[in-house]
Amino acid sequence: MKEIVVLSGKGGTGKTSVVGSLAALAREKVMADCDVDAADLHLLLSPSVKEENEFWSGQVAVIDNEKCIECGLCQDLCRFNAIDDYEVDPISCEGCGFCSHVCPVEAITMKESLSGHWFVSDSRYGPLVNARLGIAQENSGKLVALVRKQASEITERENLGYIISDGPPGIGCPVISSLSGASLALLVTEPTLSGIHDMERVLQVCHHFGVPALVCINKYDLNEDNTRRIEAYCRSQQVEIAAKIPFDNVVTEAIVQGKPVVECSEGRVTDELKRLWQCITDVLA
Amino acid sequence: MIISVASGKGGTGKTLVATSLALSLEEKLDLQLLDCDVEEPNDHIFIKPDFTETIAVSVPVPQVDENKCTGCGKCAEVCAYNAIAVVKGKVLTFPDLCHGCGACSYLCPENAITEVGRKIGVVEVGNADGVKFAHGKLSIGQPMAPPIIRKVKEQVDKQRVVIIDASPGTSCPVVEAIRESDFCLLVTEPTPFGLNDLTLAVETVQKLGIPYGVILNRAGVGDGKTEEYCLKKNVPILMTIPLDTKIAELYSRGIPLVEGLPEFRDIFLRLFDSIGEMVK
Repeated sequence: MKEIVVLSGKGGTGKTSVVGSLAALAREKVMADCDVDAADLHLLLSPSVKEENEFWSGQVAVIDNEKCIECGLCQDLCRFNAIDDYEVDPISCEGCGFCSHVCPVEAITMKESLSGHWFVSDSRYGPLVNARLGIAQENSGKLVALVRKQASEITERENLGYIISDGPPGIGCPVISSLSGASLALLVTEPTLSGIHDMERVLQVCHHFGVPALVCINKYDLNEDNTRRIEAYCRSQQVEIAAKIPFDNVVTEAIVQGKPVVECSEGRVTDELKRLWQCITDVLA
Repeated sequence: MIISVASGKGGTGKTLVATSLALSLEEKLDLQLLDCDVEEPNDHIFIKPDFTETIAVSVPVPQVDENKCTGCGKCAEVCAYNAIAVVKGKVLTFPDLCHGCGACSYLCPENAITEVGRKIGVVEVGNADGVKFAHGKLSIGQPMAPPIIRKVKEQVDKQRVVIIDASPGTSCPVVEAIRESDFCLLVTEPTPFGLNDLTLAVETVQKLGIPYGVILNRAGVGDGKTEEYCLKKNVPILMTIPLDTKIAELYSRGIPLVEGLPEFRDIFLRLFDSIGEMVK
């Protein structure tokens, strides 16, 4: 089983559109949406949910005001300034439990919190595992790990060849959780200075975790000077450019229709996406 | 006043709005721009600040004195993050998992644990024309953005109007960046992805109790459902930026919108006025 994770550093470069099209092109795979705090892949795959599960993770301190003697120790020791006037701010609380261990009258208990939900669905592109982190919740990395674990179990059970996952933007906790141990990272970038800056950083993260990377330049013709800069940089890093997708309104039209773009058009965008999938399978073979 | 710029979905134009709002206001009042997207900061590409100071950001992690340690296991028992384990009487630490709460060192009965700083990134501080600027940069391979965001926000200068550029999403880094703001601008685009993530961003600012308004970028792309949603939910659309290849081209070269197309300056000034009205 091979696992391909699609990342970008910068948001909005077209990860989900590319992943949606790979879902339509690839056979025998499970799709995973690892962007758990702004998941969009389901909008292209029209899944029907088979299983909905709660994600309980992280703890929040709760002070029993009947027992509390207002000694102030918890407030003094909390490094996250989560306790004020003997009330816990659940958004600031990191769930470390330090306060509950030091309270001299055992007035503080730690309560598990419902941090989100995860789903297993059927779609005409095969199984989809995705999740929704609760609003303003922590532990997105753990939820990503859970999504990947479920996807991997389905792949093994059904004897499928690939997991294709839509990753989050950035380079922090949920990205590292999506990336570590994957077979290949596909970096979708765009020919803007921001896009290049952010792609360079996420490529370094791939190097750091020893995951090989391929690059796809989306809307490459919006600024061909910048596209040449991306190509030169990738050459210097010995990273292959798997595809250059032209700017075309068919991509947004496909999103509006809620379909992968390769199913809506026969043009250059579709040709490049087919080439991209071919390149990925060649690299992984 | 602190105005933060957030979005839910990435790539909708937060950086464009934050930098152009800052540059439009800069002539009229004292301004500070803080880029709190510490995973992928981009504002500096547009406003090209001269950096005058670099501040290392560290989180405290435990260091165990083996001579004092008796292997009792108290530290591992109290660590909520599995960042410390005791195997056959020997303490192992996993600094990447540590949140720096300090419980292990405080509760060690032998006083065998001290804390040492582990660097996870930097904050860079500088100026760009009249704009006071700072941003954070998470080091490659480090997972935790919030301590760096907190460090960037220590730079807040209350004498100035502060604009904070947040990261995409709705989880802890966004919350850390936008909390304590007086107003939050949510930048979106009129596509099904933009709308889906806007609804999550609206829930986030509502949960934090921050007044907010929407900026619709690339108006003309996609469908009309985002406007329908805003109308139905009474979410004010404060500004519209049209779909225009000229704007995209300026962005691609790192040129702020209000520099490339100065006619937008008045539109951003009006935006600031309407925020002022709403905060009052």
